[in-house]
Amino acid sequence: MKEQKDRRSFGESFASLGRVLAYILKHYKGACAAVAAGILFSALATLCGTLFMQRLIDDYVMPLLAQSAPDYGPLAQALLKLAAALAVGVVCAYGYNRIMVNVSQGTMKRLRVELFTHMESLPIKYFDTHAHGDIMSVYTNDVDTLRQLVSQSMPQLLNSMITLASTFVSMVVLDVSLAGVSLCMVCLMVFVTSRLSGLSARHFASQQKHLGEVNGYIEEMMEGQKVVKVFCHEEKSLEQFRKLNEQLRKSAEGANQIANITMPINANLGNINYVLIAVIGAILSLSGDTGLTVGTLVAFLSLSKSFTQPVTQISQQLNNVLMAGAGAERIFALLDEESERDDGYVELVNVAEAPDGTLTETEQKTGVWAWRHPHRADGTVTYTKLEGDVTFDGVDFGYDESKTVLHDIRMYATPGQKIAFVGSTGAGKTTITNLINRFYDIQDGKIRYDGININKIKKPELRRSLGMVLQDTHLFTGTVMDNIRYGRLDATDEECIAAAKLANAHGFIRRLPDGYDTMLTGDGGNLSQGQRQLLAIARAAVADPPVLILDEATSSIDTRTETLVQKGMDALMKGRTSFVIAHRLSTVKNADCIMVMEQGRIIERGTHDQLMEQKGRYYQLYTGNAISA
Amino acid sequence: MIKILGKQIRGYQKATILAPVFTALEVLMEILIPFITASIIDQGIEAGDMGKVYLYGGIMLAFAFLSLCFGVLAGRYAASASAGFACNLRDGMYENIQRFSFSNIDKYSTAGLVTRMTTDVTNVQNAFQMILRIAVRAPLMLVCSMVMCFVINAKMSLVFLAALVFLGAVLMLIMTRTLPIFRKVFRKYDDLNASVQENVSGIRVVKAFVRESYEDEKFTKAAENLYRLFVKAEGLLAFNSPVMMLAVYGCIIGLSWFGAHFIVAGTLTTGNLTSLFSYVMSMMMSLMMLSMIFVMVSMSAASAERIAEVLAEEPDMEEPAAGVKTVENGSIDFDHVSFSYKSGSGEAVLRDIDLHIRAGETVGIIGGTGCGKSSLVSLISRLYDATEGAVRVGGRDVREYDLEALRDQVAVVLQKNVLFSGTILDNLRWGKEDASEEECEDACRQACADEFIRRFPDGYGTWIEQGGSNVSGGQKQRLCIARALLKKPKVLILDDSTSAVDTATDAMIREAFAKRIPGTTKLIISQRISSVQDADRILVLEDGQVSGFDTHEALLEKNDIYREIYDAQMKSGGDFDENSSAGRE
Repeated sequence: MKEQKDRRSFGESFASLGRVLAYILKHYKGACAAVAAGILFSALATLCGTLFMQRLIDDYVMPLLAQSAPDYGPLAQALLKLAAALAVGVVCAYGYNRIMVNVSQGTMKRLRVELFTHMESLPIKYFDTHAHGDIMSVYTNDVDTLRQLVSQSMPQLLNSMITLASTFVSMVVLDVSLAGVSLCMVCLMVFVTSRLSGLSARHFASQQKHLGEVNGYIEEMMEGQKVVKVFCHEEKSLEQFRKLNEQLRKSAEGANQIANITMPINANLGNINYVLIAVIGAILSLSGDTGLTVGTLVAFLSLSKSFTQPVTQISQQLNNVLMAGAGAERIFALLDEESERDDGYVELVNVAEAPDGTLTETEQKTGVWAWRHPHRADGTVTYTKLEGDVTFDGVDFGYDESKTVLHDIRMYATPGQKIAFVGSTGAGKTTITNLINRFYDIQDGKIRYDGININKIKKPELRRSLGMVLQDTHLFTGTVMDNIRYGRLDATDEECIAAAKLANAHGFIRRLPDGYDTMLTGDGGNLSQGQRQLLAIARAAVADPPVLILDEATSSIDTRTETLVQKGMDALMKGRTSFVIAHRLSTVKNADCIMVMEQGRIIERGTHDQLMEQKGRYYQLYTGNAISA
Repeated sequence: MIKILGKQIRGYQKATILAPVFTALEVLMEILIPFITASIIDQGIEAGDMGKVYLYGGIMLAFAFLSLCFGVLAGRYAASASAGFACNLRDGMYENIQRFSFSNIDKYSTAGLVTRMTTDVTNVQNAFQMILRIAVRAPLMLVCSMVMCFVINAKMSLVFLAALVFLGAVLMLIMTRTLPIFRKVFRKYDDLNASVQENVSGIRVVKAFVRESYEDEKFTKAAENLYRLFVKAEGLLAFNSPVMMLAVYGCIIGLSWFGAHFIVAGTLTTGNLTSLFSYVMSMMMSLMMLSMIFVMVSMSAASAERIAEVLAEEPDMEEPAAGVKTVENGSIDFDHVSFSYKSGSGEAVLRDIDLHIRAGETVGIIGGTGCGKSSLVSLISRLYDATEGAVRVGGRDVREYDLEALRDQVAVVLQKNVLFSGTILDNLRWGKEDASEEECEDACRQACADEFIRRFPDGYGTWIEQGGSNVSGGQKQRLCIARALLKKPKVLILDDSTSAVDTATDAMIREAFAKRIPGTTKLIISQRISSVQDADRILVLEDGQVSGFDTHEALLEKNDIYREIYDAQMKSGGDFDENSSAGRE
């Protein structure tokens, strides 16, 4: 069973290598042909050199010895011819090496970009279920293995094969039976190599896997290093690390050992081949029946060296090839992940609104947006003005099919309304907001946006119409200004500053060393949690969407600042449908409707006053008289 | 740097020495084998002596066998030495990081540390293996072949010498040109990976703002820049093999021409010429290998430097040799403490703080973002050292304690807290390794985490994803509190640890504290007045200085800042937290 599984993974490694090859050929057909031609010519030139050396003594030196007044003319001529051939070889060698640089680096670039682009298209679920360190490892460790393969091993392999083939042809020309002996020997070498490589491929696959694990562990622990310190957990963490590290060491050792011994084994099989040929050849030539001359045998012997050498060279590249196979497998695993599906066809377009309310699509920036809704049945197109009307109708949802975390959610938010969600943590508040922007797809029921089922709306367009400030803020490397502009890429500096003022971030930004041009690195690590949240609010403000989702957006801002931010946010929320998750009463109180959630259900709803009057769960939550759930 | 890295060979010295030794022996065999082949031809085949053919064939087989053994041993030792070295490097770094103080940690980014321990180590590992196997082989081959050539014919060897000098000069030129570019390449490479990391962790933001294509574009541009640099560097390296071919071919032609003359003149035999041809090959090959190593080693030099940096980083917090192991009680004193971050601008974050907190007291800490609340409490468990003045716990300067003992007694729930992948129980047991399930449940009840944990289908066995991504912010915070409670500390510090917990639960947690751990000194940092107002005393911080330290009532009366915060929270909606405390009394 295990054997079978291992063998499959070995096969997969090679299949992945095949894919890499196909990938390169697809993009660099011409270049690859040129490289192949270059390698062919330079290998032929080398062969010319070898053949010439064999003929040198018999054809040129011996006659000279026979002459009383040596005439070096023929030799000089032959050498000139050879020089010309070799020069072509040198030029070809440079040519293919240079082109190969473009091919290999180009392939790396393409792969990286493709990996990245594809990763960006993956659903949130993928990121939920894969360790971030493991994803990172694909970009670093796995792509690195391919770099070696493409830039070094592949040309080497091709070169060796051509040498192998051309040498074999010359050997056959010299003597068929001896060539047969050599061929047998090479077959043996190939067989040994493939057996060893099979063995070591398994080790390399597990090495890459263990490397990924170590990477993931380091990533997690380094992220939480301060917690480790606070809990004096250093030794435990080291202990666990050592286990993984030792695992990696073992597989790395195993893989490299096998790969390392392949070369000496092959080299010496080559030596044995030499002896075999010498003995068999000597017997044949001394017996004198086969017409094998001593001169041919000597020539053959030196050829046999250049015959086995390529095999040795190939086996030398084995480390790289096998490691690359394992790396390629992981790369393609990421590339084969299914992208986020988007069957939407309703788009957001700029429209001009006539006084009578009819909408016409225009190229101009009108500030008025509408959903362009083509109807497949009758081929007509209708326009619905973007207003921010959101309804949930009997929505059920679970992160995995078997476990429903939201039950029968019904709610109606008319344009400009502020809907607040309260309830104990884990009641499903954040989950609801993740459904509106389709981070996750619902299992049952319908969510409508301006009357349109959100499944029909193109995801990017849907998300563009929603402003999000999330619980965990993430900032990107770049200036403060860049980070605010992330909300709307064509925003002017003035608009960004205005947004920052609205979010009340202007004050602290100005005090930063370079103001708006201060570089933020490492997820804005040099800012406090509160400052980061202010930036996140400014970022949403600059996007200017009709619907806002604020998920605990102000939880880390101190109350004094919050009252200021609150003003800005109220201004921001004016005229927009907003969904607010908060546990602070001040944020929630003026909502048009407050949804009280518990265990994935809305258990109460109404305005603050209504809910207080009900003296239900809401009342309990905020008076501290809650009976523990 | 070499010294620092060299230390990490520890435990693998034998393999590290044996690998090159066996390689040297293998090379010796390889040098001798051409001699034997020449003998087979000269004395056996050409002389028509079958006995000699068998004799030398046998010797050659024996040599081949020896060479095989040496080669296999060398390969094995090289593999274990390099794998072991890499393992030690990772281990050494990881171990040292565990000794880092907070200010050491601040210096490095997570991504930076991860690359150092993976990609950089792999680079160094490969380079190390190369050095072990080839750094001995190539020069030895070169020298031996050279000697052989001179033995055969000194004059002819001058041809080689000329070619060697030419080749060496050109290779040097290429090297010196490419190395600086490679350094740049690897820096760019780091940046590229950092941006991937950013996107992986911030994917929700990217998707929420529909910035996928924007990020793609940014990444493509960065990847293209990297591509250009790589092409520039490797484009220069592409000269390597043609130049080497040029040298070899030059030698062949030179040897043929002069060889013919020497043979005619009778100073060289034909067998000698054949040998010379094979030596020229192996010489050029070794030179080529050397240049390859050179590239590889220099490419990994940047990696080695980055590894050495972590290994050499000295934890900047000194632990007393025989630190005090017990903390008398939970009293806390700040004696005119000032503090500034080393990695920061050097501006004082805390100035002249003088505070005295009794054991068992509950102290609330309130103040604007960035006023130094977190910095203040981080001095108590000695996460950082005060720049001036002294912090005392249980009457003793924190610098006198054994760090582990101090941190066991002073539990901090950090603002930016983290859960680790593992079950809930695993995570809780960070607080106390051998805690029984009952103890864990009890701590969770105090932290009001029990109720939601029970609702999970797997209860306490529920698997927490990396960083706690499958629980909500409030749940995470409560789990973190429970984890800290399990330590049964004398001082408990909550750094804004209930910000995502609803007010009612927050109140319940505080109530549980008051009832269950009355003897523990509790420091509660919060943005909410409601979270701190029933504390014994409340510390109001403003701009790194104490603005007020008194009871709620007294502060309301005397302290403008406190009143302002209070009014702000009350006005914004008849705060029901106020009712909650009133209701309970």
